[in-house]
Amino acid sequence: MARAVAVVGVGQTRYGNRSEMTYPDLVREGVQAAFADAGLGPEDVDGVVFGTMPSMMEGVAMTHFYFADALRAVGKPLMKTETCGTTGMSLAITGYYWVASGMADVVLVVGSEKMHEGDSQATMSTVAEPFFFRPFTSGAPGIFSMLAQMWMDRHGIPEDKARDAAARVSVDHHRDALDNPYAHIKKAVTMEEVKGAPVIVYPSRLWDICPNSDGACAVIFACEEKVKKMSGKPAWVKGIGFCGDEYWFGDSDKVSWDGARETARQAYEMAGIRDPLKELDVAEIYNPFTYVELQHYECFGFCEAGTAPDRVLDGTFSRGGELPCDPSGGVLCSNPIGATALVRVAEAALQVTGRAGERQVEGARLALSHGLGGVAQFNGIMILGAEQ
Amino acid sequence: MITRDKKGNPILEAEARIPYELALGPTVHRFFEGFKQRKILGTRCHACGRVLVPARSFCPRCFVDMNEWVEVSQEGRVLSWAVTNYEYFGMPTKPPFIQSLILLGGTDCGFMHLIGGVDLSDVDRVGRIVKTGMTVRAVWRESRTGCIMDIQHFAPVD
Ligand SMILES: [Zn+2]
Repeated sequence: MARAVAVVGVGQTRYGNRSEMTYPDLVREGVQAAFADAGLGPEDVDGVVFGTMPSMMEGVAMTHFYFADALRAVGKPLMKTETCGTTGMSLAITGYYWVASGMADVVLVVGSEKMHEGDSQATMSTVAEPFFFRPFTSGAPGIFSMLAQMWMDRHGIPEDKARDAAARVSVDHHRDALDNPYAHIKKAVTMEEVKGAPVIVYPSRLWDICPNSDGACAVIFACEEKVKKMSGKPAWVKGIGFCGDEYWFGDSDKVSWDGARETARQAYEMAGIRDPLKELDVAEIYNPFTYVELQHYECFGFCEAGTAPDRVLDGTFSRGGELPCDPSGGVLCSNPIGATALVRVAEAALQVTGRAGERQVEGARLALSHGLGGVAQFNGIMILGAEQ
Repeated sequence: MITRDKKGNPILEAEARIPYELALGPTVHRFFEGFKQRKILGTRCHACGRVLVPARSFCPRCFVDMNEWVEVSQEGRVLSWAVTNYEYFGMPTKPPFIQSLILLGGTDCGFMHLIGGVDLSDVDRVGRIVKTGMTVRAVWRESRTGCIMDIQHFAPVD
């Protein structure tokens, strides 16, 4: 039987162009913030889990070696986990496993990226093999724009309606990010600006797409025994799920998206959630693109297939709605990829412990955090709660 | 070389460029040999019956060898498409271009390639020409070397 595990501290750097410092110093900034938040030090940590997007994002491979000192991992077990955009969620789940299994009592989990140091989409194109896929990839925007087209077609959603809903998602999140001191993009946008912005990969336009961000996020997981000795409010891990899809992009159906649905099923079963829309208080969906956030509302059972545009336009997922999603501004406004899904976990922890500041969803007790990565290949979820 | 970035901070300009020799193996090689003869070849799984393109050495679902070769149709239905309108370092295909997932006749999976022969001067207008569900057909290059770009693109069929 797995032990109870809680998040006892989170640390985030400010996201954006952080060229004023080296990459290891940026990682250290996130680690220091998590130690300060938890009231713990390196001596309390039994092991370290670290990850990024493909290491070549910044031109240095095996960065857990490069960052050993910044992670305070010297003399401890250090594990690297890497699943593209899902990396941060894989890190959190790895840290959870380590503590839940009894192999460690306190684990430091860190994700980072410094995307301004390289060419992010050139790096991501190397995720596609060069025999069949690479000549046709245009990085992540291409894949998620194709998903959007299939989703609209399958459910008979008029393009204008999907366009309006995606624009509303963008408007909401860009406004939300103004309340997040760590957010990268701090600019309110209007429906007209989003819909009239330049096409990056049709149908996705500039404000439908996440930025390239630098940043690091650190989260500390601890066992029940340690939590009880600490003074801070814990965020208990209530459920986790992870599911990988087949490699070949054309082999499986990314509209019904069984992998995304299975991920949620696992997490809901473990957390005892039957009606996510009613039971969850807030969700941090991994939303690098507006359209894919709409798809995830459906895959995670927040609404019926094909109805996400209606629910977005009636405000169900906005601040003050029935299930506010990404009150941090989400991936759409800050995307240091190796850290991004871990930021979702950190934000969920802040929400259920009532420490999310201006972006706090009032009375939040149960929060879903999500990671997505690969060629739309991996989904991971961690559900955090105020009660054990 | 030490220079300054757009924020005025000092940066080291570096580059990593590494050559690779990636093995085709017999299945990929035979698939591309078919391209030289303007043929699109798939393999059929004897367990689940699916025909997959590009040809596979094993069925991803049944984990059995796929050694029954079949020639599939050069025409297919567009499952999805998107128009790329930006460029990154080393991009193999120059934008703008339309990438598409195509269900070729006689197969059971989407095949990734380009849609061409479409006016891309205004990306906002492409959606009035290219539609999900439309039929497209392979257009071969005159000179073929046994690689994925031996098909220049798939063009809409009237
Ligand atoms: Zn099979």
